[in-house]
Amino acid sequence: MNLDFSDDQKALKEQVRRLLADKCKPSVVRKILEGSEPYDKALYAALAEIGVLGVAIPEEYGGVGLGRLELCVIAEELGRSIAPVPVASSIYLFAEALLQAGTDKQKRAWLPKIASGDVVGTIAYVEGDGPVTPEKLRTVVAGGKISGTKVPVSDGSSAGVAMVLARSGGDQVSLYLVDLSAAGVSRKGMKTIDPSLDHAQLTFDKVPAELVGAEGDGWHILSQVLDNAAILMAFEQVGGADRALEMARDYALDRMAFGRQIGSFQAIKHMLADMYVAATLARSNCFYAAWALASGSSELPVAAATARVSATQAFQHCAKNNIQVHGGMGFTWEFDCHLYYRRSNALALALGSQSTWERKLIERMSTGNAESAA
Amino acid sequence: MDFEDTAEEAQFRSQVRTWISANAPKHLESELRRASFGDAGITSEDPLKASKAWQKKKADAGWACLHWPKEYGGAGRTPMERVIWGQEEGLYGVLGGPFTIGLGMCGPTLMAWGSEEDKRRRLPLLASGEEIWCQLFSEPASGSDLAGLRTRAVKAEDGSGDWIINGQKIWTSGAQNSDWGLLIARTDPNVPKHKGLTMFFLSMKSPGVEVRPIKQANGQSHFNEVYFTDVRIPDSQRLGAVGKGWEVSLTTLMNERLSIGSGMSTYFPELFRFCMETQIEGRPAVEDPAVRSRLAQFAVKQSGLRYTGMRAITALSKGETPGPENSIGKLVAGATMQELAMFALDLQGQSGVAWDESRPQNGRFQAILMRSPATRIEGGSDEILRNIIGERVLGLPGDIRVDKDVAFKDVPTKGRG
Repeated sequence: MNLDFSDDQKALKEQVRRLLADKCKPSVVRKILEGSEPYDKALYAALAEIGVLGVAIPEEYGGVGLGRLELCVIAEELGRSIAPVPVASSIYLFAEALLQAGTDKQKRAWLPKIASGDVVGTIAYVEGDGPVTPEKLRTVVAGGKISGTKVPVSDGSSAGVAMVLARSGGDQVSLYLVDLSAAGVSRKGMKTIDPSLDHAQLTFDKVPAELVGAEGDGWHILSQVLDNAAILMAFEQVGGADRALEMARDYALDRMAFGRQIGSFQAIKHMLADMYVAATLARSNCFYAAWALASGSSELPVAAATARVSATQAFQHCAKNNIQVHGGMGFTWEFDCHLYYRRSNALALALGSQSTWERKLIERMSTGNAESAA
Repeated sequence: MDFEDTAEEAQFRSQVRTWISANAPKHLESELRRASFGDAGITSEDPLKASKAWQKKKADAGWACLHWPKEYGGAGRTPMERVIWGQEEGLYGVLGGPFTIGLGMCGPTLMAWGSEEDKRRRLPLLASGEEIWCQLFSEPASGSDLAGLRTRAVKAEDGSGDWIINGQKIWTSGAQNSDWGLLIARTDPNVPKHKGLTMFFLSMKSPGVEVRPIKQANGQSHFNEVYFTDVRIPDSQRLGAVGKGWEVSLTTLMNERLSIGSGMSTYFPELFRFCMETQIEGRPAVEDPAVRSRLAQFAVKQSGLRYTGMRAITALSKGETPGPENSIGKLVAGATMQELAMFALDLQGQSGVAWDESRPQNGRFQAILMRSPATRIEGGSDEILRNIIGERVLGLPGDIRVDKDVAFKDVPTKGRG
């Protein structure tokens, strides 16, 4: 029985934490939040330099060739510092999809640039409101050219390449690799609840598109890629939840009211205890999912949805109550509470909303067996 | 990251499995499957007799109290081996119910504070289930505020050195079956409350001890009141120094942490099975979006507790001490099972009001509904547990106490009037 990370993985986590403490202070997050840059390029370059971006990409494709457990510990630290960089889009989603379904040639063409941070990749599969379903898909590929509109696309303003879900000739849903520097691609920035992350609308007008995986396999590949990404994002959410809890705890120790530290009042203490409970349950669920991810277990679909539902709940719970513990100061632009509140709610929607993942979890448990999450 | 045993653990597990398979009371299996909460489910024979028989069998073969030293009736095994035993014992572990308090709390306290003679005499009988112990701590006026207890221990005036006990305890699990009790009493009311307490153990057969079962809100009677009228305890049965009872009690309470890894159930698997079977408008309930959402929220709590337990077992397996994350178990399980039971009844519609064998799973959800309020109170209420997490895990300051430096006799006892 070993439901824990190895000493090497913990050392890597520590190294990334130190780097982020230095290069991803809240002022860096605010620069992206308040400015017009889509992400912090210096931070992204620093992460690439220590091998963070390529950690799970094989050496033959320009990566470090470690595994996804290493990516889990890195994700937690990125979430903790709400790093304004496109790691989720480029690494958890784009690189993951290419690794799962791409040809050797496609991998050689793109993965080295993704690992070095020279190119940002993303995945474009959402087309407006509501849960994504194959039936609602309007983007089409005809004669090797893709046309349609995807919105929102995370890191759509900065991405140089995208995996795009589209319908082809018959009624086949497939994934396509699209070079976003090609003619016919237009981008429109979006105003969002969390401007420290970039989102854009992408419109394709007869843009060259290269099939990834078999025709008709798009939905299946997407589902697997989203599961893996959900586990990594759950680690980000747990990192964010932990940091929000720490901020609230520190404030409860420093702030005096009625002649005493506010953390001595049970109303505050119990709120913090409940935040700890939510974060702890989520962390344990994430460890389970990390095991499933690394071992390729058949429990992975259930484990991914479990970690995702639990971590979304924990981060939202901790971030909103962090503001509550801070009182009025928590609602000022100056305090960092809103940065975490924004991020917790943005991540809760990325990869599909909470109700979508709740549905996936219970559907998967119904077709498998209840014991896998019992 | 793996769920595998080490080679030594695997060998031990296989040894345990072989012995259990050859020796467990298999004729009770189907009844034990129906066990729910404080009720072993056994009706074909006296459940206490069945429990004692299994415990004695384990003890005779060297499988009882694995982690206790051999000289006190244990087997000198590691905490990890104890966890493996528990996993393999599975269903039959329910039979250990009557010994939980004795083995988990009273035994370790005696081990830490008792005389060598008492330890060698009493502990092996406790380990083998031949003697049952109870814990005489809570009182009508001191539950969460345990140190506010009022049962008095006064030196006998006959010069014997004996102590004379007068007062009342309450919520004593298993007192009616107990041979011995661990008792905390007030020896000095003239000092602040924590400083005037002393710990003893006594025979529950002592003259002047009267056990009265409490009829609980759910109709069962597993808890008792215990009255003491001029009960005599020899000074040799005092544990720790006079006035140091609070320190001794902390040993008892800290031993609760050893029960990690057992992982309390929230009854989610039972609810899930029910939602697969029952229908809403001709479709399985599990396909209803509102049901799915509630189920998912229960599922991640159950799973979170399970893997929190496994993280603790991981620490044990590496020879480390489990972290504070274990303190969330009962807090999460208690509240979750209560909400879960209400939800299961809701799905039964107006018929959910019925509580008999015809209900889904023999009325298990009705039973959980009626028992779960106690889970949120016994062994530390939800509020006390949140204080513990806030203060010991997160490092928040304690509440301001108005009775801290006041002699116990001067602490106010009435709110209004």
